Amino acid sequence: MSPILSVRDLSVTFDVRRPGSWPWTPARKLHAVSEVSFDLAPGECLGVVGESGSGKSTLARAIVGTVPSSGGNIFFEGADLANMDARQRRVHRRDVQMIFQDPLAALNPRMTVGEIIAEPLITHEPKTPRKQVTSRVRALMERVGLLPNLVNRYPHEFSGGQCQRIGIARALILKPKLIICDEPVSALDVSVQAQVVNLLMELQRDMGLSMIFIAHDLSVVRHISDRIVVMYLGRVMETAASDILTTAPEHPYSQALIASVPIPDPVLERARPRPILEGELPSPLAPPSGCVFRTRCPKVQPSCAGTRPALQDIAQGHQVACPFHAAQQVLAVTG
Amino acid sequence: MPLLEIDNLRVTFSTADGDVNAVNGVSFDINQGETLAIVGESGSGKSQTAFAMMGLLAKNGRAAGAARFDGKDLLTMSNRDLNQIRAREMAMIFQDPMTSLNPYMRISDQMAEVLMLHKGMGKAAAINEATKMLDAVRIPDARARITMFPHEFSGGMRQRIMIAMALLCQPRLLIADEPTTALDVTVQAQIMQVLGDIRRDFGTAVILITHDLGVVAGFCDRTLVMYGGQIMEEGPTDDVFASPVHPYTSGLLKAVPRLDRADATLATIAGEPPDMSRLPAGCPFSPRCAQVLDNCRAERPVLATRGNRRRACHLPIKEVA
Amino acid sequence: MLPNPSTVESVAAAMDMAELRGRSLWADARTRFSRNKAAVVSLVLLILIGAFAVFGSYLTTHERDFIDFSLTGRYAYLGVPSFETGHYFGTDADGRDLYARTVQGTGISLMVGAVGALVAVTVGTLYGATAGYFGGRIDGAMMRIVDILMSIPFMFVLILMLVIFGRSIFMLFLGIGLISWLDMARIARGQTMTIKNKEFVEAAHAIGVHPAKIILRHIVPNLLGIVIVYATLLIPNMIIFESFISYLGLGVQEPDTSLGALIGEGARNMGNGVLWQLFFPLFFFVMTIFALFFVGDGLRDALDPKDR
Repeated sequence: MSPILSVRDLSVTFDVRRPGSWPWTPARKLHAVSEVSFDLAPGECLGVVGESGSGKSTLARAIVGTVPSSGGNIFFEGADLANMDARQRRVHRRDVQMIFQDPLAALNPRMTVGEIIAEPLITHEPKTPRKQVTSRVRALMERVGLLPNLVNRYPHEFSGGQCQRIGIARALILKPKLIICDEPVSALDVSVQAQVVNLLMELQRDMGLSMIFIAHDLSVVRHISDRIVVMYLGRVMETAASDILTTAPEHPYSQALIASVPIPDPVLERARPRPILEGELPSPLAPPSGCVFRTRCPKVQPSCAGTRPALQDIAQGHQVACPFHAAQQVLAVTG
Repeated sequence: MPLLEIDNLRVTFSTADGDVNAVNGVSFDINQGETLAIVGESGSGKSQTAFAMMGLLAKNGRAAGAARFDGKDLLTMSNRDLNQIRAREMAMIFQDPMTSLNPYMRISDQMAEVLMLHKGMGKAAAINEATKMLDAVRIPDARARITMFPHEFSGGMRQRIMIAMALLCQPRLLIADEPTTALDVTVQAQIMQVLGDIRRDFGTAVILITHDLGVVAGFCDRTLVMYGGQIMEEGPTDDVFASPVHPYTSGLLKAVPRLDRADATLATIAGEPPDMSRLPAGCPFSPRCAQVLDNCRAERPVLATRGNRRRACHLPIKEVA
Repeated sequence: MLPNPSTVESVAAAMDMAELRGRSLWADARTRFSRNKAAVVSLVLLILIGAFAVFGSYLTTHERDFIDFSLTGRYAYLGVPSFETGHYFGTDADGRDLYARTVQGTGISLMVGAVGALVAVTVGTLYGATAGYFGGRIDGAMMRIVDILMSIPFMFVLILMLVIFGRSIFMLFLGIGLISWLDMARIARGQTMTIKNKEFVEAAHAIGVHPAKIILRHIVPNLLGIVIVYATLLIPNMIIFESFISYLGLGVQEPDTSLGALIGEGARNMGNGVLWQLFFPLFFFVMTIFALFFVGDGLRDALDPKDR
């Protein structure tokens, strides 16, 4: 099946100016996303993990189109979103919707829940009769587990989990083909987090949605995604099916990341080897030459500083950007 | 005698809409060198419990009950005595390290000030001691970096500095309130390792307040689970995780996705976190509990001790799913 | 897990399916405002002063430009405030009814404040929100214009304008309108910079909402709180400003008057034993300004509870 979304060598750079510098001095380039490529099949859920500064949120924003890309292509059903004028782009926005991290901040505090959920519909189908708008809003509220008679309430009257359901309803009202979730559950309590994860999985399955799920919590990403992309300093380190990535990661960074994730099981946790990743994320203003991970990599070789390792296929649907990759089990998997 | 003994602690906030009981009769104790986890979600009262014993409640809050450190009640103590204890005997670290670091002072000056004030050291000796402490929390090149300002460090490094500052006077108890919540997993692993080393090397007792069950599993001897300002259950960490005796703990453990398991769907706890200004008369968890009994809604279960475990639930232990 | 549909239905049935009216942030602010005694009293006072300016003229017994020649030369003792002569507030130095003149003066002063605030709120808010939302070069250019306008000594320009184009109320309003929005534009821009980074604005952008709609629907309503507060604090400044111009004799022209002109006149005659000529206009002036400050303060606390 041909992919619904193909991202090819996508880069996003930001101009950073020192405060007080002259307007004509050239700005420094912050490479938030560098040459990222991946495919997303229809109905698939792709997880994107990485630490803060890995560029995962910027990647989401480039695909949604709230941040301009500086190179590469984003093919959505064959059309290149990255190189479109604003008007064409607006037409395509209805098919790609986003769910945000902070459930309350993503809702305009001065609008009622009904107005918030209806906004995409009113924007893209302004001729829809009022009655139909209300009935669709109410139906959708029920679908995401909100009482439809709360339609005239304001966001601050809801809990975090309910606000996230409102955000989900807003993203779904146009029946989009692709949903991009940027850390949708990280601001929620554990018990509510599970409700929202299950809701998203159910909606994805029932509506045949394609989904990109971005989070720093590997456990949640693994649970919801079919495949996972691991990012570090704006670059893809490894892409693999969820089970393979968690059980037998090939890239040293993936291995370190998985080893750091705590598991709520005291016996297992005590027995686990804990290779601690030393050091800190280098500045994205001056990324290391060659492999961006080499400054912290436990398996670093002299040659890593030279050429930048390209993503290479090592198995069907499994790509690694490390010439010294070797599968390593960092986690005993049960169940 | 336990190092710290909390006895029927209550914390009440007076707000424009009436009194809100954030903590409702919490009792526990911690021994020298022990690690205790206080686990709970937002509104569980876990942080307010710690703030109450440190005397750090917001202005509209008041604490009742007793919190005895070494037999002396922290709640009735004069500010002067409390300051002495806070500086030398027990220290607290927060989720955001910048709350306790002065952005306009060099790290060296901030750390030396503490030592000069409380231990009467000279400046040179104090800075020397501070450098040693930064080494202990594994800040690379501590001797050179001690003269830097807080904003010149990354989030993980700041958290280490805060731990180092908290440990300067070698307190017997360290309270860590969500110390790694704002950090990435790899940095979280580093910080937890530092905390583990500290505890081993200095014999410091640690109260770890967190919502992250994974962090608790790897670090704590005992676990105390709070909900709606009350203790739901308490026991050795291994036992609580292996066989929870309260429906809330059991539900929470099942609701957390695990990296080492491929579950089809997550079990959930229905409903929303409690509204502390409108708690039910009975068990605070009863509106969300899947195994709720009739008397749960009317009558608050008492925290009963059985062996080395405690629980507050009307449901017989065997029936906890 | 989704709450299963039957639960939703039963709960909904229990709640009588009535559409629950939400409490908007405005409603919350109203509640908080009504708890602030000083602000509520001031608001009532302000309404009374407004009513005085609008309906006070129905109670006059003399036209405001009617010179009571029967009192000529004896104002100091015949022109005292009295119900018998119908000069409730006495007369001014020319024998005109001070009550009628205070009513008109209060009206003009309030109008000056209202025009200033209106221009500030509409022009200033939209200008600032637009500059702040688009940012970059557009912002740079728009804000430099504001900077340039601000750097002009306005008092001087206004006086020049009044001298060149003739003194009229219209010129005065124009002058006040021209400066009043500048500060507001800066405030609105600063706030917009914060608001535009909120996720709900990004969400609107991602949905594909047109930028003009984003500004009107998402930015401006969230600016209004601070804008209203600033406007209530701006009105007194405008009134004081007008009073100053009128005091200099450049503002409102005879036979029209404003509180500033009346106070100026009263102050000049202070030594002649006609203190009421100063007292009555000054009383209304001070009351209006105090009331506006208290209302503004109350609004700030009500609309932005975190800043208390």
